[in-house]
Amino acid sequence: MSTELADVVAVACAEAWRGDGEIFASGMGTIPMLGARLARATFEPDLMVSDGEAFFVAGDLPIGGRDKTIEGWIPFRQVFDTLWGGRRHVMMGASQIDRFGNTNIANIGPWAKPKAQLLGVRGGPGNTVNNATSFFVPKHTATVFVPTVDMVSGVGYDRAAKLGGFIAARHDLRRVITNLAVLDFGGPDHAMRLVSTHPGVSVDDVRAATGFELHVPSDVPTSRGPTDDEAAAIARIDPKGLRHREVAA
Amino acid sequence: MNSPTNSSPRTKLTTEDAAVATIESGMTIGIGGWGSRRKPMSLVRALLRTDARDLTVVSYGGPDVGLLCAAGKVKRLVYGFVSLDSIALEPHFRAARQAGTIPEPVEYDEGMLQWALYAGSLRLPFLPTRAGLGSGVMDVNPSLRTVRSPYDDAEELLAVPAIRLDAAFVHLNRADARGNAQYLGPDLYFDDLFLAACEPGRRFVSVEKVVPTEQLLTEGTFHTLKVNRSMVDGVIEAPNGAHFTTCEPDYGRDEAFQKAYVDAARDGDSWKGFVDRFLSGSEADYQSAVAAWRAENEVKK
Repeated sequence: MSTELADVVAVACAEAWRGDGEIFASGMGTIPMLGARLARATFEPDLMVSDGEAFFVAGDLPIGGRDKTIEGWIPFRQVFDTLWGGRRHVMMGASQIDRFGNTNIANIGPWAKPKAQLLGVRGGPGNTVNNATSFFVPKHTATVFVPTVDMVSGVGYDRAAKLGGFIAARHDLRRVITNLAVLDFGGPDHAMRLVSTHPGVSVDDVRAATGFELHVPSDVPTSRGPTDDEAAAIARIDPKGLRHREVAA
Repeated sequence: MNSPTNSSPRTKLTTEDAAVATIESGMTIGIGGWGSRRKPMSLVRALLRTDARDLTVVSYGGPDVGLLCAAGKVKRLVYGFVSLDSIALEPHFRAARQAGTIPEPVEYDEGMLQWALYAGSLRLPFLPTRAGLGSGVMDVNPSLRTVRSPYDDAEELLAVPAIRLDAAFVHLNRADARGNAQYLGPDLYFDDLFLAACEPGRRFVSVEKVVPTEQLLTEGTFHTLKVNRSMVDGVIEAPNGAHFTTCEPDYGRDEAFQKAYVDAARDGDSWKGFVDRFLSGSEADYQSAVAAWRAENEVKK
């Protein structure tokens, strides 16, 4: 049986939390949430995950599941406290992202009178200067991976470096997971770097879908599929296969 | 001992219409809840029926912001997001922003908004934070200032200016007639801060049910009593008052009605139909129109 794209993507998301230990692994949306729960169910058992509402849950809560074992309370006020305290790694969406990880979920076109009003900056500014932040982009295109974002809702490495001090020293954008590839900010001056491409995707495919110069190492491996343990955990956490709706094969 | 005349408790029971009659054009109003969760919708609907305009609205925005924008009542909007949660984008807010009809949008990080209200509630001029620094929030709010730590670290921080409100609207689950109010759901959101950041006089709490003081602990522990009567001027009994947003555990979001709201917002004619049917009468008219709509949709299923 060939490995499905959504499973590769779920594993890649889970990998973003590897080594994080006992912190709040917060995933926004189905696949990031699956990734956090998958990491906790397998190689990162100390992670804390929430039900997406106000509770930390123990065990393998399925996506959308209501039969929860509550292990803690995390209303929004404590979410802010936790992330300002640095005890969280969040995976957010991005409608636009640039080479240094500046992201935009607020609006497309000029802020004063946008062509498309999106969510607003939400918690992006605070997240990106306080806790580790990764991004999930279900459709990797040159309209998302842009030279310049229209509104900086999430602070990238170039802007963090200009701030200096505490923020520059701890600024921590980890990974960008898409339907094509895994990327990080390991290029020169923290420029975006290609880490791996998903099965069947070439480096040129990723380059063509990226609107800026991507740092590409000489050897780019293929993203791995789930181990047997991981496949079993994915089936427990997403029994309805909701992940397949977020990334098209 | 106090004389008997001094000891009879003052009731703060009032109505939505009496509450919004105190709102004047140009005032700053804070609205509790979060997105499409536990919004004081019966108070917002009452506000739509008044002539008040040029309002400054402070909110973790949902359909409250959408409706006030659609009615052209908002001059200044202080927000971190406006969303319907299960439907990500609020159609009226979106249309208003894209048409440029909100004269003064003030876009903050979510945590900055908490800090602004907290500073207001403590009567401080500002509170410092890192949230916002380096982001577009600094670019689009040129009046924001930074402050340097007076200690050895000398770190430069964002000084979020305090917000003081002229009026606050929140919706909770239970209250007594004196204004001791209770939330029974999973999250208070920032409702206590909206009340505490508001000048006395127009701090209104609507609730699903008004109960005698001695019954406040029958449904929840003392931990649920985060709003006390010194923070409240008026109590409104408003069953289903948060509709169509959530009011856990009394009821969840009316997802089907929320979808109908979004569908109606797509064009002017269908929105006019929605307003005619649901938003042209009293709160009682609204609730019976919703009941009728539900009955119709049950039949269709």
